[in-house]
Amino acid sequence: MFTNSNLLEFIFGRLSWDSLAFTHEPILLVTFIGVVLGGLAVVGAISYFRLWGYLWNEWFTSVDHKKIGIMYVILSLVMLLRGFADAVMMRTQQAMAFGANEGYLPPSHYDQIFTAHGVIMIFFFAMPIVTGVMNFVVPLQIGARDVSFPFLNNFSFWMTAAGAAIIMLSLFVGEFARTGWLAYPPLSGADYSPGVGVDYYIWGLQVAGVGTTLSGINLIATIVKMRAPGMTMMKMPIFTWTSLCTNVLIVASFPILTATLVLLTLDRYAGTNFFTNDLGGNPMMYVNLIWIWGHPEVYILILPAFGIFSEIVSTFSGKRLFGYASMVYATVVITILSYLVWLHHFFTMGSGASVNAFFGITTMIISIPTGAKIFNWLFTMYRGRIRYEVPMLWTIGFMVTFVIGGMTGVMLAVPPADFVLHNSLFLIAHFHNVIIGGVVFGLLAGVNFWFPKAFGYKLDPFWGKMSFWFWLIGFYFAFMPLYVLGLMGVTRRVNHFEDPSLQIWFVIAAFGAFLIALGIGSFLIQLVVSYLKREELRDLTGDPWNARTLEWSTSSPPPEYNYAFTPVIHDHDSWYDMKRRGYVRPLEGFKPIHMPKGTGTGVILSGLSVAFAVGMIWYMWWLAALAFLGIIVVSIAHTFNYKRDYYIPAETVVETENARTKQLAEQA
Amino acid sequence: MSENQAAVSAENPQFYLTEDHHPENSTMLGFWIYLMSDCLMFAVLFATYAVLGRNYAAGPAPADLFDLQLVAINTAMLLFSSITYGFAMLRMEKGDKSGTLMWLAITGLFGLAFLGIELYEFSHLIHEGAGPQRSAFLSAFFTLVGTHGLHVTFGSIWLVTLMVQVAKHGLIEANRRRLMCLSMFWHFLDVIWIGVFSLVYLIGVLG
Repeated sequence: MFTNSNLLEFIFGRLSWDSLAFTHEPILLVTFIGVVLGGLAVVGAISYFRLWGYLWNEWFTSVDHKKIGIMYVILSLVMLLRGFADAVMMRTQQAMAFGANEGYLPPSHYDQIFTAHGVIMIFFFAMPIVTGVMNFVVPLQIGARDVSFPFLNNFSFWMTAAGAAIIMLSLFVGEFARTGWLAYPPLSGADYSPGVGVDYYIWGLQVAGVGTTLSGINLIATIVKMRAPGMTMMKMPIFTWTSLCTNVLIVASFPILTATLVLLTLDRYAGTNFFTNDLGGNPMMYVNLIWIWGHPEVYILILPAFGIFSEIVSTFSGKRLFGYASMVYATVVITILSYLVWLHHFFTMGSGASVNAFFGITTMIISIPTGAKIFNWLFTMYRGRIRYEVPMLWTIGFMVTFVIGGMTGVMLAVPPADFVLHNSLFLIAHFHNVIIGGVVFGLLAGVNFWFPKAFGYKLDPFWGKMSFWFWLIGFYFAFMPLYVLGLMGVTRRVNHFEDPSLQIWFVIAAFGAFLIALGIGSFLIQLVVSYLKREELRDLTGDPWNARTLEWSTSSPPPEYNYAFTPVIHDHDSWYDMKRRGYVRPLEGFKPIHMPKGTGTGVILSGLSVAFAVGMIWYMWWLAALAFLGIIVVSIAHTFNYKRDYYIPAETVVETENARTKQLAEQA
Repeated sequence: MSENQAAVSAENPQFYLTEDHHPENSTMLGFWIYLMSDCLMFAVLFATYAVLGRNYAAGPAPADLFDLQLVAINTAMLLFSSITYGFAMLRMEKGDKSGTLMWLAITGLFGLAFLGIELYEFSHLIHEGAGPQRSAFLSAFFTLVGTHGLHVTFGSIWLVTLMVQVAKHGLIEANRRRLMCLSMFWHFLDVIWIGVFSLVYLIGVLG
């Protein structure tokens, strides 16, 4: 029979009162109270305004690619705040922890923070915001009414959100990994990380990874099969091209991450010997596999940003993109080359001179197509009638900053130099230089650019410019000192220093982080101010920037069905082509439109996945088993529903289109 | 502006379709891409086996463990199941519902036979002290073969689900598409198994 303690162990697994970390860490306790109060306020407000039904019906269960895209972006911004809070804590700790001063973060806590910062920023800020923007923009750009698999799209979003929930849970219940964002074994193995931290890491990424892979498949199928008539591959807008390449990279790399994490899971749970030090295991296998995923991953993030910059440069210069074809080829070449460089992440691990030389050279070759892109953007601006709106400012800030990051990247690609710089703050400065200067600037440019399309009013330019300048200057203050420190030999992931001469650099970097905080704050103020001034900023034309691609031909925000009639494309700047050649908006002949129906299955499956992950993390096997069974049953039940679509009646379409006609007439 | 009719050009291009436009169904392409992503997971497991497969840690080697006759029978089960799935698809093309269901049932039985033999092999190995914890070789072996077995298990659950759906709704468009997807999945697992049989069992026994 069960004794009392056996029963408790059966029910709660490894979970006990001691696992509630916030009870004995003042920082966490304050955070926890803040989260609880904030959460209660949000829930209270939603209940008070009776918004649950609206949120459930119009958003959570929606399969509309535009709404799903917006939900992805909201998720990513929430996670940006969490990831940035981690960054501020690290900067503060390193600016004060010199000599006798131990700072306020003990190593065990500091290690969790740098791991969480990396994981959250890559997987739960950058990935969702990239996926969100692609989700919103791509179907509009190719003249489609939705993606190929609308339910799968909703499911993908909820799996990503579930992964984020699992990671957030680790803040208060238990601990997070102390291994760095890629969890190298043997440190991440059962012997050296016996707690739940690495398990939170594994299951959070696995659950989110399902969503990422499926959304990659979905967008490839969408781009290949659902383009409007006339849109040949070489007439696709450049952002659609970069999205296609990104999704190919997602589908061709995330399964590698999944399989690698499965092997690590087996080592931790089943006692296998893939990456252990004894019985024939080989930790280097993990490092190779994780970077075969990891290097394409950075191109997954940067390629859509390149696409956004291309659209913005050509729109705000009032010119066709210079070298469209070379831009496409450069993107495809980067896609392929991104698989041939992974070993440059561990030149120092003893592969020998020939192997290092091969990967050093392939790495340097990537700078050629990337450089071609920079020149294409410059030549697009050359003799253009440039309008310095906020998206264009981000683009120019990117071009300057990214070139610096690219050059330090080529320095790191030289194996002998890498032996000096490996794992130093120089590396940290380099990848923040390209990720902030490239991905973050690009996505913020994209949000400013497409916001009017999504919500029907522009973002306030004053606060947009404040945000831009704080970010840009803050970036240089925060990361240029790290280049210097790296060249002096300071290594990463250290929470205390002895040499007081280094302190000034860390203080400057902390000041930079403070400026970036103002940049993020300005962005949030920009959102609020723009909402308050929405009537003033309203876009009635659907084309607030005098832009060039198809998404600007429909209203802002677009109707549920995007286009009342399927557009026919003659040029890659199709909307510019339509404007130039006297396109007349159709006013009659509307027909009922066939659309997919919303479903709550995605939310349910995502909830069950969180339950499954919690069961696995805390060894509550009954919970994991039940949740897994639930996932299977709900999935099968979902396939028994054959009625997944409906028609928007012609009258509704007529009503919507007439309202727009009236709006346009009033404008004129 | 779109409403600006002043700039009417000489030519009169068509900018939209007035008739309904139905893009081609993307399910086959989407499923094919999914299979390729699955293939990559197997690629990782094959690569891991290739790297770690000779790390016996002073434990048993493939030649000590594998019973080629048993594996040959097992392989035959899976290959036969692919043929019978093919027969089911031929019946489906003819619109013969009961014929389709019969061949699907036979396919499922072959699949179960395959799983039964695999489980017997696994339990036998573990009983001999050659479990997945024994050495990196055995970890890689159990994971590669086991992942394939897990796929066959899910394929079988899917097969039963589809049989119920075909019985209930007949060979309607949606069900035919689903049968096509499972067909690709089933044959894909066959191809993977041929890789396992050759690289793990045959080469393993050669030493």
